[in-house]
Amino acid sequence: MKPAPFDYVRPGSLGEALQALAGHPEAKVLAGGQSLVPLLSMRLAAPAVLVDINGLPDLDHVRADADGVRIGALARHAQVLRDPDVARVQPLVPLALADVAHATIRNRGTTVGSLVHADAAAEMPMVLRLLDGSVDVVGPQGRRTIAADDLYVGPLESSLHHDEIAVEAFFPALAGGSGVAFEEIARRHGDYAMCGVAAVVAVEDGRVVSARAGYLSVSDVPAVVDLTEALDGETTPAALARAADAALAVLEPETDIHATADYRAHLARVLTARVVTAAHQHARQHARQEQS
Amino acid sequence: MTEEIHRIRLRVNGVEHEVAVPARRLLSDALRHDLGLTGTHVGCEHGVCGACTILVDGAPMRSCLTFAVSAAGSELTTVEGLARPDGSLGPVQQAFRECHGLQCGFCTPGFLTTITAGLAENPDPTEDEARDMVAGNLCRCTGYQNIVKAVCRAAEIAREDRDSA
Amino acid sequence: MSAKLVGAKVQRVEDDRFVRGNGRYVDDVAPDALHAAVLRSPHAHARILSIDVDAVLDLDGVHAVWTHEDLEGAMAEPLPLLIPHPTLTHGRTQYALAKDEVNHVGEAIAFVVATDRYVAEDALARIVVDYELLPAVVGIEAARAADLLVHEDVPGNVAATTEQSNGDAPAAIAAAPHRLALDLQIERSACMPMEGRGVVARWDPDQGRLQVWSSTQTSTGVRAAVAAKLGLDLGQVDVITPDVGGGFGVKIVHPWPEELLVPLAAQRLGRAVKFTEDRREHFISSAHERAQVHHVEVGFDDDGRVLGLDVRFWHDHGAYTPYGLIVPIITSTQLLGPYKPGAYRVRFDSLYTNTVIVTPYRGAGRPQGCFVMERTMDAIAAELGMDRAEVRAANFIQPDEFPYDHGLIFQDGRELEYDSGDYPAMLEKIKELVDWDGFPAFREQQAALGKRVGLGLACYVEGTGVGPYEGAHVHIETSGKVKVATGLTTQGQGHQTAFAQIVADELGVRFEDVEITTGDTRRMPYAVGTFASRAAVMSGSAIHLAAKRTKEKALRIAADALEADVEDLEIVDGVVSVKGTESSIPLGTIAVLSNPLRYAFDEASKAATQFNVGDPDKPPVAEDDEPGLEGKDFYSPPRSTFASGMHAVIVETDVDTAEIRILKYAVVHDCGHLINPMIVEGQIHGGVAQGVGGALYERMAYDESGQLLNASFMDFLMPYVTEVPTSIEIDHLETPSPLNPLGIKGAGEAGVIPGSAAFAAAIEDAERAVSPTFGITAMPISPSELFALRAAHVPHAQEPK
Repeated sequence: MKPAPFDYVRPGSLGEALQALAGHPEAKVLAGGQSLVPLLSMRLAAPAVLVDINGLPDLDHVRADADGVRIGALARHAQVLRDPDVARVQPLVPLALADVAHATIRNRGTTVGSLVHADAAAEMPMVLRLLDGSVDVVGPQGRRTIAADDLYVGPLESSLHHDEIAVEAFFPALAGGSGVAFEEIARRHGDYAMCGVAAVVAVEDGRVVSARAGYLSVSDVPAVVDLTEALDGETTPAALARAADAALAVLEPETDIHATADYRAHLARVLTARVVTAAHQHARQHARQEQS
Repeated sequence: MTEEIHRIRLRVNGVEHEVAVPARRLLSDALRHDLGLTGTHVGCEHGVCGACTILVDGAPMRSCLTFAVSAAGSELTTVEGLARPDGSLGPVQQAFRECHGLQCGFCTPGFLTTITAGLAENPDPTEDEARDMVAGNLCRCTGYQNIVKAVCRAAEIAREDRDSA
Repeated sequence: MSAKLVGAKVQRVEDDRFVRGNGRYVDDVAPDALHAAVLRSPHAHARILSIDVDAVLDLDGVHAVWTHEDLEGAMAEPLPLLIPHPTLTHGRTQYALAKDEVNHVGEAIAFVVATDRYVAEDALARIVVDYELLPAVVGIEAARAADLLVHEDVPGNVAATTEQSNGDAPAAIAAAPHRLALDLQIERSACMPMEGRGVVARWDPDQGRLQVWSSTQTSTGVRAAVAAKLGLDLGQVDVITPDVGGGFGVKIVHPWPEELLVPLAAQRLGRAVKFTEDRREHFISSAHERAQVHHVEVGFDDDGRVLGLDVRFWHDHGAYTPYGLIVPIITSTQLLGPYKPGAYRVRFDSLYTNTVIVTPYRGAGRPQGCFVMERTMDAIAAELGMDRAEVRAANFIQPDEFPYDHGLIFQDGRELEYDSGDYPAMLEKIKELVDWDGFPAFREQQAALGKRVGLGLACYVEGTGVGPYEGAHVHIETSGKVKVATGLTTQGQGHQTAFAQIVADELGVRFEDVEITTGDTRRMPYAVGTFASRAAVMSGSAIHLAAKRTKEKALRIAADALEADVEDLEIVDGVVSVKGTESSIPLGTIAVLSNPLRYAFDEASKAATQFNVGDPDKPPVAEDDEPGLEGKDFYSPPRSTFASGMHAVIVETDVDTAEIRILKYAVVHDCGHLINPMIVEGQIHGGVAQGVGGALYERMAYDESGQLLNASFMDFLMPYVTEVPTSIEIDHLETPSPLNPLGIKGAGEAGVIPGSAAFAAAIEDAERAVSPTFGITAMPISPSELFALRAAHVPHAQEPK
């Protein structure tokens, strides 16, 4: 289990990095490497060139303001998770990050790297879609912003071009009167979830006026479902059952060695009820705090 | 085809080493085979077992998921660097011995480094927090019972150290 | 007199080096070695039409590339069938490198030696093999159907059909007032030590000697195999087993292809050569265990007493049978546990499949047997509406019935005769430990909170300390330090500590002065190995006997030197003295006196000059004597000693998600006298964790083409700390074995044996509270499977078969 040979470039500037990528159609970007290196060691990937961006300046920022959270390409999960401003501005980010692998992996793995790895079983791509976030990329044509909805185009496939580097992710702030919740069920603690669900619920006068849920591991691209109509303003058991029906109409769980499609669907149902209820509660709390 | 060799400086346990490695040399292999620091063990080489965990600038990381060339410039701590300056066992090492926190000893270095960093961040863990601290490391011998005890005992030893200092 | 160390929680001497990172594992030695890698079959079943290694030859850094064509003589023959058995009529073993055909994914095809492992793997990628694919036989059902064959010349895929019986079980069942039939199965798991296999070899051309370092459970076995295969005299081969990063059974298999190829390469290339197995290789080219399918018929009376038990089972042994029938024989005999059915018959077929070989994994066939027996006990209790503990009690062998002969032959070819035990007392202890009688109230209380909980109990008996023998050599140096060697190996059991405790007690020396060496054929060439929970019993006893011999000699010389009677002497802290006097002599000085040298080297020699020993009328070394203060002895018991235990577990099965949570885990364990209770409890903890893994998480997921889908730690779910019980309650019972001088029984495997049985019972118990037809017949069980079982047993849609 040793990687095949590759050429290694450690650019000192973004320009050099882009040049290196442009010059080698088979180059890959190395940031945290927590998903990439195992693939290299198992020789499931053998890029001719690795462009190590860990030496690039000014990409390890985590900034939170009224608009939302901006996370630089070299910010590690652990750094984002620890940031109290992030938790305040968009609490769903740390809620989900806490379930990304194990702490040791989070010390090296980058949040932006996880986003562009585009794994539908990973927490952060789903959260980005659910929150309508975006990723900024820089390429030969300059900088562009890719909305989360346009980022995930297939299993483990993002719309990033080969010669582009993702430099920053943006997670919008939690809106007033809104609440979030997240829960996943994995075989072992720290494993990829068999199913995970996050929800954002907005309330007005205690009634649900908008509810969306994001789903892990029950579709081949990160899935988001609008449950507003199904809930019809409530989170009663009947409303939650309708919401789960609505979600399952969209989701496409599959059977693998850890869980059957039926079981994943069942978990999606159970977790939808749990997280929508919790997000609803959080929203009411949030709304009360705003009033006081 | 000849592979390019990178001359890099690795700072390990306070000592600077110069090594010449190809870009693909995993940090775990560089430590073990180029520097002879065989205390860092390799159990899976895909980042799951944690036996190869070392401290990079104080934070536990998998040395099998890092290339040696990427680690240049960081302060690395391996199990060989956990003893006290006078050569006696550090608190986590001592606690593992006292609590029978190891059997075959193969996973042990990864636990010791992980807990050392964990206690630096949380010097007074509850039993649940102790469990959480080692939740990313696999051990096939101990069933973890005595490892959790060792985390709590290590915290106690470190406290005694601080009190007597 | 210092306090006895045997029985005390002595801290381990091994730990200092381990916690400092100074352990010495195989991959840590010979830093200058070349590295080997093995090309392995990507197909489960194929004919090899051609192998083209040309592209490897111009790769810098490659020193050798071999296929079967490059092997000669014994190396070109199949690997040995280590343990033949009369009923193993169709045993087959693999070649060191495949000849013409491969029979599982991972089988070795070509061998490369290069400057480092990276280059060696580059070389593997350049080898081109042309295969003709053959259909794969995967799983017991396919093997039994035998529409396809693994080996063309093995009809029905059956390597062996074996039967044993005691009494007429079918007749007893037919005549019984109650009868039940059960179909049960258990899937594959594996040992998965944190360190994989590894071997290093150096050839010394000046001496014509080979030195082999192997991460093995038997260095003497490896030595004999290497010598035989390489055509060397035994005296030319030394095998050293340094620190080993866990074994759990898999490393008893030998010789692995690499254990032969690496020494051969060292000899041919004149360089040290190293092979360090990686994790993927360990999944596909070492060994697995556990997969069996059982059909049970049982007849019993109104009190739940088993009158007749008839078990038919099918054992999946993978592609080859290097380790013979040990696993299914153990299942077939140890299935009986602490019970005495009126009559018993067991028959099994050991079947080929195109999967990795099956050899003992901690427990070695017992977890399956225990699962089958305990499921049967639970089924009887359910059928009669009896308490599950009472049914077990009704079937126990009673304390006054030992030795108890089951009328069967055990894995070692000896009678299955239990030496000692007290199962009723043990049952009382486990009931108390888990609060058996308080459980109904706890269940009600939890039900009121909307929670579903269940309690399971499982009992087992484990034959430990199997023969044939182990030996020990004790040498007291002139410094007074005691150097002890025993030939079996160590994989984390703390032998350096436990054995030193025995020596310190017997010899009367300080614990710190005793140094134990294991697994080095230069120090003790006669040994068997570390498996079957035998190390403490076998080597512990041998060390005790050898220390005793050494002590006798020391006292004889001391009596001469001190002009006293042996009966008046005692040894304390390494000094022999005449009781109640000032007259004394240190053991180091006795060591000097024992060896009448012409030369003096040290203070000890000078100190010895004050004493006069020996008969001036006899030669300096008398005819019946030897120089040196040494003792050697061997322990060879008539048969195994039988340890026992009972586990009880309380689980919660999540009403919504079918997740399974462990609320309480209790163990009562009897391994006779304990040498070091701390180490024994550690063994139990580790075993219980593996039991949890085997019951709830681990399985080998083969697809129908024979690809192993979860050959990584990502997908083979070994428990982390988050998956094991937060505490394990342990109580001991000590019924000493009459078969060895220390009264000990083995403890290594115990913790894992009843895991699947206890969890199956607890989960079933939790679910039955709401769904009376719910039953568990297969393990392991995942939440997804529990969910599916619930769906099949919804109370309102029940259709009892």
